[in-house]
Order: sequence, then C-alpha cells, then structure tokens
Amino acid sequence: MRVSLTVNGRHRTADDVWEGESLLYVLRERLGLPGSKNACEQGECGSCTVYLDGLPVCACLVAAGQAESREVRTVEGLAGDGRLDPVQEAFTECGAVQCGFCTPGLVVQAHDLLNRTPRPTDAQIREALAGNLCRCTGYEKILDAVRLAATRKAATP
Amino acid sequence: MRPFTYERPADVRSAVAAAAGRPDAAYLGGGTNLVDLMRLGVATPRTLVDVTRISSRAIEETGGGLLIGAGVRNGDLAADPLVRRAQPLLARAVLEGASGQIRNMATVAGNLLQRTRCPYFQDVTKPCNKRLPGSGCPARTGDHRNLAILGHSEHCVATHPSDMAVALAALDALVHVEGPGGARTVPMPGLHRLPGDEPDRDTVLAPGELITAVEVPHLPFAARSRYRKVRDRASFAFAVVSVAAALDVAGGVVRDCRIALGGVAHAPWRAEAAEAALRGAAATPEEFARAADAELARSSPLPRNAFKAPLLRNVLVRTLTDLAEPAGFAESEPVETP
Repeated sequence: MRVSLTVNGRHRTADDVWEGESLLYVLRERLGLPGSKNACEQGECGSCTVYLDGLPVCACLVAAGQAESREVRTVEGLAGDGRLDPVQEAFTECGAVQCGFCTPGLVVQAHDLLNRTPRPTDAQIREALAGNLCRCTGYEKILDAVRLAATRKAATP
Repeated sequence: MRPFTYERPADVRSAVAAAAGRPDAAYLGGGTNLVDLMRLGVATPRTLVDVTRISSRAIEETGGGLLIGAGVRNGDLAADPLVRRAQPLLARAVLEGASGQIRNMATVAGNLLQRTRCPYFQDVTKPCNKRLPGSGCPARTGDHRNLAILGHSEHCVATHPSDMAVALAALDALVHVEGPGGARTVPMPGLHRLPGDEPDRDTVLAPGELITAVEVPHLPFAARSRYRKVRDRASFAFAVVSVAAALDVAGGVVRDCRIALGGVAHAPWRAEAAEAALRGAAATPEEFARAADAELARSSPLPRNAFKAPLLRNVLVRTLTDLAEPAGFAESEPVETP
C-alpha cells in the first residue's frame, strides 16, 4: 500500500509498504530518518518516540496505515536554523548521553514535557520520562539535562 | 507477523459490516496492545479494520452523566476538565496506567479490550488455554506471582491488566456496543468474564461487536473517591493490586460506597461483599478491615501470590480510611503533568 504523511514539515510518500510495517520502520527504512531508534519493539523503552499529530507516541506500535495523512515530527525535526534545540544542547552539555540509543526518544519526550510544563518538578520529570528506558546513565544526568533545558528555555523569551 | 489485509472503513456501520461473519477480523484502535500481540504472534488476524478515524473522540455531558467516545485517547480522557470534575476516580485510574507515550495513542475501547499480560499467554512457545484452548495452564504451578487470587478457574489464572476498567466497574459504567445484530449496552461490571472453562473469551462481546462509547452515570459522592495502585516500580507497571473506591459518609456512618479491585482477577472485580458489609457500618478502620475480610473470604490465592491477599486488605483499609478522613484525603495525589 501507499502511505502519505507529513514528516518534519515535508510531505512524504512511501510506496509498496507492507501492512505489517510500523511507522517506525517506514521512517527509518523507507524515508531515510534513522534518528528514531528500534529497540524493544513493544512500547516499553520509548527509544522510538516521535510526535504524531503533536503528541509523543511509540512509533513501533503505530501500524503504517494508521499514519496515513497524519503529521509526524521526529528527533531530526527538532533543531532549527542551524542550531540544536535547547533540550538537545542540554543533553550534550550535561553528559546525558552515553551509548546514545535511548537519547532520541528521551529528547522528544523531554521536548514535549517542557512545551506543556515549562518548569517541571523532579517528580513531573520522572513521571514524564517513565516510558523511556536508559541502560547506561542511571538517569541522573538525564534529569540534570531536563532541568538545564527548562532553565534555558525559561530565560529565552 | 502473519500477513493481513488492512481496511479503513468510512463509518461505524461499514466497520461492523466489514467484520461481520469474519471471526479472523479484528478492530484496530490505538494499536498499543494489538500491534504488539500481532508482532509476538499471539494475535493473528487476517483482516484489520482500523476504526481510529471513525470512533468518536467526544466527551459529552448527558443528563445522567458522561458519554465518552470509544476513540477518546487515554491521555485526553485523564486531562479532560469535565471528567476530572465529575469523575476524578476515572481520571486518576487512567493516569496510573502505562506511560505518556502509550496514553497518547491508546483509546478508551482498546483499553477495555486489552489482553492479559500473563507471561504464558504472551509467549507462543508455551501452552496457554487462553491463547490455545485445551493446551493447558502452566501458570497454575509456574510463574503466577502477579496473577489472580479471585474468581480464577483450573483453566486460567490470568488477570485483566486495565486500571481504567477498575474505575469504570466501580462507577457502574455502561458500554455502548454496535454489532451485526444491532446496538446494545453492556453494564460494567459484566463486560469482562471470569475464565471458567472458556478462558479464551475475555468479554461477553459477540464476534464483530464494536464498542462505540462508554457512559459513566453521575455519582455525586464519587467526588470523594480514590484509585490506589500498588506496583513493582513507581510508574509504568501493571498493578500488583489496586483499589478504586468512593465513599459516602454521614455522621460517622457509611451511607453508600463503591469498591472495585484490580490486579486480582480475570475481570475488574467489583467488591460486592465488602460493599454490603460497609453499608450502614461505622466508618472506622476496624469496620473497613471487616469489609475487606468479607471480600477476601472468597479468594483462593495460589502458592506464589498468597501475599496479594494481605496486601489487598491493607490497601483497601488504608484507602477507605483516607476517604473517611478529610485530612487524609488531600495527601498523596498522583504526580502528573498537565
């Protein structure tokens, strides 16, 4: 089947998509966007988190057909004007990245959190990131990064 | 994953017609459970009828309560001001389930129809009477730490995983269904079956029936309600036990109450024995314990989940005690982001 959707502001079409493919597979293997990662494939780890119509979801659990005519924003679509998003900057500065596999999903989920809750409490950060697993950092640096991004964004009108 | 055809019907009537007479067809809502089960080979539909675009996403106030469209996303349900005001118990239960990403995709109807997370059910290399009737139930003697203590059978000891369904069972919700035979409503509790000798049937829905909405009748004292869930980690885990309770206390006496239990049975478990013991009783921890014992008298824990009985008793007594104490009620609200 053919799947047409908007990805990072551009209209994209994928042909000969098998019904059993996920949105994640379409993004990575058919549209050349490998930022979203394929890990648990069951919605447990959040590595594949993308915005679907403005809400973060696990792309591995979205059947390709469900994405038809919808709007997707991936981690590749967060940076703008040659500059990383404040969340991405904070992750690199705080050392919130080790192997990097969980990072794209955490960045998208943290980006959504700060859009809805610009000054989150630690408990709110933990709850918002509960669906994102990291096996390297122990999460402390990730919490540091989200706090730093919140502070930076608050200081930028 | 077994190959399947994918259909996107234009309306509910066409969806029901597309699935009618095809036992190997499945409706696709958010897909957060079904897509996973298909990938695991547990669910093997030949046809997927995608109803996400035609299921109502409206939440309306009716004369007697709320009418929640089948396609309302879990996240939207929990955030809805109408739901939070009229049915705070429901909003809290939904927020206690899954992760933000899953709640953004999962629908109300799909939440009700999700399958058990029993490890044997999810593993096609193992016997399971629910997945393959007659193959046996290894959970009875195997890994059943998080399985049922109430209402199970020799054929199945699975639990229903939904938090939302526990709140809906406490609130006497009505599930609106459209099917090949027409429209009908199914009361909760009552949608989900106990396993008996047909554990492959989770619900009383007939093949091809589609949930279109859930109606939650207004219950004035539900403004004083609580969903308390115990799980193995602080977030994104299924209930070990959970309690949905609403309490109406006047002059130190329980006038009325609603109690449903999660994580302990094949269906959200309405605690009728506990409710009967409480109506007219003093609103004291001693009476709450007596009511919990009345309910647990019906339990039959397995060797490795016997801890659930005292755990459930403690959680129920504590929840009711909090609800009876104005000072205790305000504390320990769940963490959430707007």
